[in-house]
Amino acid sequence: MSNGSCNNCDIEICDLFTPRFDVERFGIQLIGSVRHADLLLITGAMNKKSIPRMKKIYEQAAKPCLVVACGTCACSQHMFRDSYNVGEPLDKILPVDLYIPGCPPKPEAIISGILKLVSKIKKGK
Amino acid sequence: MKLLFDYLVFPGFLFSAVIGLLAGWIDRKVSARLQWRVGPPWHQNFTDIFKLLAKEVIVPQGARFTFLLSPYLGLISAVFVAANLGRFIISPLESFSADLIVILYLLVIPAIALIIGASSSANPLASVGASREMKLILAYELPLILVVITVVIKSQGALQIGQILIQQVTLGSNIFSLSGTLAFLTALLCMQAKLGLAPFEVSEAEQEIMGGVLIEYSGLPLAVFKLTKAIMLYVMPVFLIVLFLGKDLSPLFLITKYLILLVLIILIKNTNPRLRIDQALKFLWRKPKL
Repeated sequence: MSNGSCNNCDIEICDLFTPRFDVERFGIQLIGSVRHADLLLITGAMNKKSIPRMKKIYEQAAKPCLVVACGTCACSQHMFRDSYNVGEPLDKILPVDLYIPGCPPKPEAIISGILKLVSKIKKGK
Repeated sequence: MKLLFDYLVFPGFLFSAVIGLLAGWIDRKVSARLQWRVGPPWHQNFTDIFKLLAKEVIVPQGARFTFLLSPYLGLISAVFVAANLGRFIISPLESFSADLIVILYLLVIPAIALIIGASSSANPLASVGASREMKLILAYELPLILVVITVVIKSQGALQIGQILIQQVTLGSNIFSLSGTLAFLTALLCMQAKLGLAPFEVSEAEQEIMGGVLIEYSGLPLAVFKLTKAIMLYVMPVFLIVLFLGKDLSPLFLITKYLILLVLIILIKNTNPRLRIDQALKFLWRKPKL
């Protein structure tokens, strides 16, 4: 989910579904409706307009639903910190399970992060 | 007891669900290989279903009680068809009179369940999906019935699946005649529409209407819908095999024929763009009737 991001992370996320990286190997698919989602991949620096909408979408997701902050903006608001249109950081709004820093993070980084999270969950949190 | 076993375990629910989910995996894997990807491991669909069972069920505001009821309606009818087809294949003499018509009716019910569920979920995108599904049913039911009539005429007016099978065993498969081949091609397209695969997947178009009819479903009902879909993926090719390729139905040949049909529909799915609903309607009403 993009929250006022510059689209750079989103393009890297699209890369995950290309033949080169192919996350369907691990059974990960891009899904249209939040109701089917197990994991929200959030990018961007949380501007004030998008925060209430993001909260609403998170409430609509079927729990348990993981939240992943993808990119330095989502992790720590990067250089947009203290900017006039930026609200609270992501981890003050939603329970974040995983931080993937990078501007943008490489697809390899996203895959390895998510797989680490998955293996941690399999071990029983 | 035997009946219960038939419906719940062997040709019925458990068996057809497992086969259907495996077929779903073949679908994903072949699609992935066609796109030069690796594709998921074989147990992926099973994992998905079990995961969905553990997830929260959300009932949207303003949804009717049919929202939770309709998935089971679809599942039950799909299981009924699977169980009966399986039984007829094992012993053709067990079929009852005019069971072909019963099966034709039951095969529509999963789609109708989808429409009921979608239109009671109080979501605008789902209602768009439901209306598309409805038009699609109108589009493919007529050619499918014509196809079945062709088969019925070829087997001298027999409305029993058992008789059709016996006819084919003695006289050769229905596909090896001019009208049989034409009818088979039509049936293939109808099956594509019935399974909701491209080029006829308008009702669940992921890019335009976000999963369409299934958009509000989560958890158990979604799992039930996915199971229904899997069972349909098993039932429809088997139904076609019974109608057209019923000469030799020993397990080995049956599996080979099923796999060939399955890969064929996956290839059609992967090499065709999605049609608009009006194009789909035109296509399904004109082409098969030539």
